[in-house]
Amino acid sequence: MTTLYNILIFPGFLFAALIGMLASYIDRKVTARIHWRKGPPLLQPVYDFVKLMGKEIIVPAETSALAFLSAPFFGLSAVTVVSVIVWKGLIQPQGSFVGDLIVVVYLLTIPSIACIIGGFASNNPLASLGASREMKLILSYEMPFLLSILVPVIKSESIRIGDIVSYQLVNGAVLHSYAGVLAFISGVLCVQAKLSIAPFDIPEAEQEIIAGPAIEYSGLPLGIFKLTKWMMLFVVPSFLVAIFMPAVTVWGNLLRYAAILVIIILIKNTNPRVRIDQAVRFFWTWVSAIALLAVILALVGL
Amino acid sequence: MNKLILKALTKSINVYHAACSPCNNCDIEILDCLTPRYDLERFGMTLVGSIRHADAMLVTGVPNMKTAKRIKLVYEQMPKPAVVIAIGSCACGGNLFRNSYNFVKPLDEIIPVNAYVTGCPPKPEAMIMGVVKLIKALKAG
Ligand code: SF4
Repeated sequence: MTTLYNILIFPGFLFAALIGMLASYIDRKVTARIHWRKGPPLLQPVYDFVKLMGKEIIVPAETSALAFLSAPFFGLSAVTVVSVIVWKGLIQPQGSFVGDLIVVVYLLTIPSIACIIGGFASNNPLASLGASREMKLILSYEMPFLLSILVPVIKSESIRIGDIVSYQLVNGAVLHSYAGVLAFISGVLCVQAKLSIAPFDIPEAEQEIIAGPAIEYSGLPLGIFKLTKWMMLFVVPSFLVAIFMPAVTVWGNLLRYAAILVIIILIKNTNPRVRIDQAVRFFWTWVSAIALLAVILALVGL
Repeated sequence: MNKLILKALTKSINVYHAACSPCNNCDIEILDCLTPRYDLERFGMTLVGSIRHADAMLVTGVPNMKTAKRIKLVYEQMPKPAVVIAIGSCACGGNLFRNSYNFVKPLDEIIPVNAYVTGCPPKPEAMIMGVVKLIKALKAG
């Protein structure tokens, strides 16, 4: 019963969906204010989602309807499970299982993979282009992301999120060391690419390839895709909170999440989109170098 | 349930812009609606690039031999429920091109049109008024 409650309500689906919607509203509103516009009303994400539930679902001809329609749901369930594991680790650090950090890292790639499968199943040249860009983007950011996760692991000598959190609650946040700061910088850049928002929104570059992998989706599957994106906007930064700077209370954690969200929105609004080859080069040289330096510093104990 | 979805639909209209051989002036005025001065996003409207994401199709220009077939095709690809808005005198009735050699027939004989916004080009205010009237009509049933 508690498992079901955890997965469906708190800290799983409903919690992540509501805060994700709020985060996407904040994102749109801040972007609008930067343009000197007024921006959408508070309930806009809810309206968007409810509207999509009532629309017709179109499946393109000559495609596998199963792969096309099920892809969004894989992404959604993976994000839900990540939300449960990360927030369980934050709220009661003793309750998590050994190796959940590795599970989270794997689960976080599933929404991108769902995006790729859906894109290729759409039978549309622009969707395939978007899916192949997404694939290249995964290859580029995954290594620096893992390297920056290694820093808290080295500091706390554990691969349990609960241990990492309780280590930091006792000995101070990882972010308070040189290694932690460098790892956090590369981590935020990788999260930017993971969420595929500007300057790394290359897979769905609106002006070039319209909506990328989501181009053929309509109705409920499109709504699920959007919901997954909103939940990712909440879950991935809160994973960074857990491994770099956890707080004791839920509100403290949410506040720190809000701080990371502000950084992400600022990066988004001050940088134009880069090309895919520029992104790959950036991640494989600069970001990887920063993350590697952070790992070396962590190993010598700084 | 249906009422809820109708309310959500009128609060979150994704607009697809179908240029059916216009002179380009109407298109520029449509883009004006998204600029800070008019900011359609405060009503929840956004411009989308894919017809599959659209709830409203804004058609500009005169349907001619080449575009008439295609505008019908694009309309059929739009997930329903959805509306069509004819922007500009061209889309509403042919404007000064109605006696032209390649004018096929008025837009509303090709696809069903829910709202007409006249003008050459119509002002952004006129377009917003057209959309507001359409929303009221939809809500009334
Ligand atoms: S209505 Fe006027 S401005 Fe609009 S497309 Fe026609 S000629 Fe151009």
